[in-house]
This record gives sequence, C-alpha cells and structure tokens, in this order.
Amino acid sequence: MAKIDLVVRRAKWQGRDVDVFVSKGRIVELADSKAELDTGDARVEEAFGLQLMPSMTDAHTHLREPGFEYKEDIESGLRAAAWGGFGNIMCMANTRPVNDTDSVTDFMLDKARKAWPNGPRLYPIGALTKGLKGEELAPMAELARAGCVAFSNDGVPVKSTELFRRAVEYSSDWGKPVIDHCEDPYLGVAAGINEGEVSSRLGLPAQPDVAEALQVARDILLAEYLDIPIHLAHISCIKSLDLIRAAKERGVKVTAETAPHYLILTENFLEREENEYDTNAKVNPPLRTEADRLAMIQAVNDGTIDILATDHAPHANYEKETEFDVAPCGITGLDTALSVTWELVQDGALAEEAFFRAWVTRPCEIFDLPMNRFQPGDPADFFLFDPDEEWTVSAETLHSKGRNTPLLGSVRKGRVKTHFLRGKKIV
Amino acid sequence: MKWRHKDLLDVSQLSQSEVMAIFETAARFQEINERPVKKVPTLRGRSVVLFFAEPSTRTKTSFDVAGKRLSADTFSLAKSSSSLQKGETLKDTALTLQAMAPDAIVIRHWCSGAARFMADRLDCAVINAGDGRHAHPTQALLDGFTLHQEWGDVAGRTVLILGDIAHSRVARSNVHLFNKLGAKVRLCGPRTLLPPAVKSWPATVYSDLDEAVKGVDVVMCLRLQLERQHDGLLPDLREYARTYGLSARHLEMAAPDVRIMHPGPLNRGVEISSDVADCAQSLILDQVASGVATRMAVLFLHMTRKGEE
Repeated sequence: MAKIDLVVRRAKWQGRDVDVFVSKGRIVELADSKAELDTGDARVEEAFGLQLMPSMTDAHTHLREPGFEYKEDIESGLRAAAWGGFGNIMCMANTRPVNDTDSVTDFMLDKARKAWPNGPRLYPIGALTKGLKGEELAPMAELARAGCVAFSNDGVPVKSTELFRRAVEYSSDWGKPVIDHCEDPYLGVAAGINEGEVSSRLGLPAQPDVAEALQVARDILLAEYLDIPIHLAHISCIKSLDLIRAAKERGVKVTAETAPHYLILTENFLEREENEYDTNAKVNPPLRTEADRLAMIQAVNDGTIDILATDHAPHANYEKETEFDVAPCGITGLDTALSVTWELVQDGALAEEAFFRAWVTRPCEIFDLPMNRFQPGDPADFFLFDPDEEWTVSAETLHSKGRNTPLLGSVRKGRVKTHFLRGKKIV
Repeated sequence: MKWRHKDLLDVSQLSQSEVMAIFETAARFQEINERPVKKVPTLRGRSVVLFFAEPSTRTKTSFDVAGKRLSADTFSLAKSSSSLQKGETLKDTALTLQAMAPDAIVIRHWCSGAARFMADRLDCAVINAGDGRHAHPTQALLDGFTLHQEWGDVAGRTVLILGDIAHSRVARSNVHLFNKLGAKVRLCGPRTLLPPAVKSWPATVYSDLDEAVKGVDVVMCLRLQLERQHDGLLPDLREYARTYGLSARHLEMAAPDVRIMHPGPLNRGVEISSDVADCAQSLILDQVASGVATRMAVLFLHMTRKGEE
C-alpha cells in the first residue's frame, strides 16, 4: 500500500463520519472514521465533522483575461474558484483578443500556472469561429493541441446554421464538444429581461423564452442528424427542457447545463420596488418565471439538465451602475454557487445525488476532466465545508473582482473552510 | 397637504387623494396663467435643471414655463450639449448635477428606469419627464387634469387609448392614472404595437377600432413613431392610417360628447385625421395649457415638501 501522506479525520460524507487517506496527491481510501488511528508521520487534518465534498467543476466561466483584467483576471478568478469549492474551471473564449489562436490559449495556461501552480485547474474553451464573428471556423485543431477542452461562441450565437453544422462536425474530429449559446439571433437579442408581465410594466425590451427554445430545437435536430454530441449552455426555461427531455428519450446525444441563478431567482426579482431596474439581475438568458424556476430544479433532479455551471460573468461596478438598457449582461457566480445550491439540497428541493452529479461527476465525464469520487486512485481534490455558517454576500466576502450579483446583501448558508487539490491544501 | 414624495417617477406611486391634491393645486395655478402678469414669487431663489437627454419641445418648454412662472431659475441641459455626448456615464452626470445643488431635476431619457436611477443617487427632487417606454407621469396627470376640468369627475367614464401602446410611456402612465380615478380603460392597436403581456393590464384590449370606439367618452390617440414601419412592425403608414387612424366616422360611434386627446406632436393623417384633430371636441390645446398648470403644481409640491414654503 502506498505511503499515506495526508489523513483527513472525522469529516461528514453522505451521513457517515469518515477518514480520507491520501498518498502523492491521490485518494487511497475513504473509510468509516475510527476513534483511534495510527497515522504515522502523515499530516493529519482534523475536520471536526465538517461536510466533505469532492472539488466541483465549473464548465462555464468568464475569467476576462486577457483584455478585461479590471473585471477579473486569471489569478482573482482562480482564487474565487478555490474559495467557491471548484477544482476545475473552464473559461470561455470571449476575451480580448479572443481565444482563437494557440498563443492566447498558451498565455492563459501560463498565467494560471504562474498565478497559482497548485491552484484550481484552468481549462480554456476555444472560440468556435474566428473572433467569435460567426464567419469562419476557428483553428480548432491548433486550439485543441494547445489545451482547449471544448469550443464555443458563447455570448454570440452563430447565426449561420450551415457554419454551425460544419463547426460541430470539425470539432468532433478532435474529440472536443461544442457548447452552444442557445439564443435565436433575431429574437429579443441580449435583452436581459424575460418577455412578460414584468418587462411590459417596466417598459424594457425583452427576450421571450422561445428565443432560447428555437435554438435548442435547432441544435437537437443537428445533433441527431449528425450523430455528434452538442452541449447546450445555460438553459433557463420549460420550453427548452421539454425539447431536451424528448430528445434524450429518443437517444439524441445532447447534454445541457443551467446556472444556479435560474434555480433561485425569477423575473419577479425585478418587480419588487427596491429592485426595479437592478442591473445586477440583468443576465442572458434572462431570469424567467417561477414555473420555469421550479421546472429547472426538477430537471436537475431527473437528469434532463446534466450539469450545473456558474456562467460566472464578472463586470466592474461602474459598468453595472448605469441604465438597464446600457448595462452588460451577467452575474458573478463562483463565490456563491456552492452556497445557494447546497441550500436547495438542505431545503429538500434538490436531491443530494443530483447535486454531486451536476457539480462533480457529469461535467468531468462530458469534458473528459480529472474527477474525484473518492475511489482509490482518484485525484485528491476535495474540500471541507461548513453548511451552517452564515455569511453575507458583500464586497468584503466575495473573492472575485465582480460584485455584480442580485444576491448582494443577502445572507447565505455554507462556507468552504479548507480546500485540497492533488492532496495539497490551497485554502 | 404635506407632500410626502421626494420624487415623481410614476403615477403608480401616488394615491388617489394625492392625484386630487395635484389637480387642486394645478387649478389654483391655472388661474395665474390667465393673469396679465403670469408670475408669482413662490419658488424664488430655487433652481430647476431641465435635463433632456432625448429630444423634446413641448414637455421641456412646458416645464420651463412652469418653473419660470413660479419664479424658479431654470437651466437646460440637453444630451447634445452634455457630457453624455462625450461618453460620460449617467451616474457621473447625476453627481455633477448634484454638485451644482439644484432643488429639482426634471429628466427625460431614452432608457426605462433612468429617472429612478437618478432619484436613487440625488438628494434633490427628481421629476420624470419620460423614461424610455416606462412612464410619463406629468403627461398622465395633465391628461387627467384636463378631463377633470372638463367634467369634474372621470369616474365611470370610458377612455380609449389608441395606437402604439407597446412603445408608449404615455399609455403606461395613463392606464395607471385612469384606473386610479375610477375610469374604464380600453386599448386598441395592432398586435405588433401591443405589449406582450397586455392581458395582465387593467384594461380591455381591442384590435378592431370600430369595436373599440363604441360608446367611449374619450379617445386618446398616441403618436406613431414613423420608423415602426422600418422596424417590421407595420406594413406601411397608409394601411395604418386606414385601419387605426381616428377619423370623423369613428366619432359617430363614440359617446355623443366624446373628447379627443393627443399628447403631441401630431402626425396629421396618420394616427388622427386633420379634421378630428381640429374638431370642437378636441382637447389637444387644452392639454398643452393644462400641462403648464400641472407641472407648476408638481414642481411646487416637490420643491416645498419640507415645509420651506
């Protein structure tokens, strides 16, 4: 048996008290906790009954570097990820310059290594089209060789279905999935609020849910026709869920994600007088209805939605402190994702099993990333979490540079206390 | 009455009795407008900034006249002459204006919620003179005041708002106001110019003008933005005028003493025929006169609310 160099004692895992044994950055064993244990010269970390969690994977985050370091840089993003419970993060290509050449990918990976050699693993997502312009395919082979794990035009839907089809086909040669931002490019584009009663009252240009569902339908039909998987980003409404559920039932290789804010917030947030025109709730796709929110939770539970992803989109305060029409879309999410989704588990709305699948196992399966299920040989990526610790979302408590969240000022439950990656303590 | 509101952002924030208080105050100021010397010292030494980030003639002039008749100093700032044109943010514009210590800012802006944005950041009174598609409270108040002058009470009357409801802040505010005053509201326009959730509004919705106009006491026409045709919302202006333009024929279907209103500026021959605009029942110019009195009342109530009269 390998020499144990780390033992985490008396952690809570699936209702049991357990000890975790680690050797050279890998899990050796997870066993029921013993009162007496000879740990030899291994480092011992006393968990005092804190919740044990495998490190989570965020398959959809915006780190803003290069080009927009004032919103977030790779170092601050990794810090927010580590404190948020994430061991792997996949960053989108809408930087400046766009991540459409290997030199940009190399730059990102180099910055991550230098910023935090043992920090959360950064996995860049390459552009699907050059400059995200939707006109020419990006050099996906070059990007894959440089380390991109998927391709996406996130934020800028590819208008040409012909080009999108070719992109899906070409990327499949390199075994890298395409992640599609599902938004009909001609219907309520980037409006930031759901089309309905609230938008009508506030007099804001709005996006109907069919704008998302139309593109979901296109992608499902293409995935089925080509027999190539497509991953559907940040799904937000019932109409999309109905299409995805039916597609999966007939064996279409689509996978889907949603973000925590669609599980806990609705368009009605903007209806409350104190939040009218609050640009922190401006997000694309927009917050939908209560029926949509409940359906999204159900879809995570039943697996229609494969994974949770933050769609972490940090912006500077001054960019959000402006007119609703003018403000950029996006919610900062790395810091709050774990708390708000674990609160749903505590409330009984979200099944614990679904939580682990959506944050831990499925993203790693879909994007072929290292995964910890506490099986011998798995990477020793895990953290200890106090589910009862209350904290207020504020500039002082967020590690990301972005403070743009509608949860500002709210009291959440659950904080990461310690995080290990490859068996080394990072926070 | 002691006025409790710092700002006027939308009529939905006002109680019915507050609306009536504005009408009563406006009626007193209306009398000043009929004097040979149309000026009182009520707001002497106070300053009002007219910040119009979107083009306006009648609303801006109306506020300007209203302020001056109360002896306030009024200062104009248009987008073209402000630093917004140079890329300054609305927040910085707000703080810059604040530093000049005005007593009130009247704002018009092309974005819904802009007046609220300013009000949250400024200590002085903020009066919304139209924000995006959201609200135009003084227009609704002057419309209500015009009818109040005409009839004394609008409760039980039926008001038809006709035209581009979707993009209209006037319609949004008037629906609130007339419901508050006990009137019934009808809306009529093509589906492309109705808000998506219009069924949730306290109004009856029609697409057939002949149906909509039957028995109504007031028809309030809305100005058609001529570019709607190019936005793909209308086939052409001719078809719009023939289908939704108010003509003399419609007046015969309405109540016998039907009144005609329009917030201006008019597109004669498009949303309203020229003869209807000029007919005896037209209150269009009364609205303009009521506008000055109503805005005097609004400025007065908001600028003296701390009992500094």
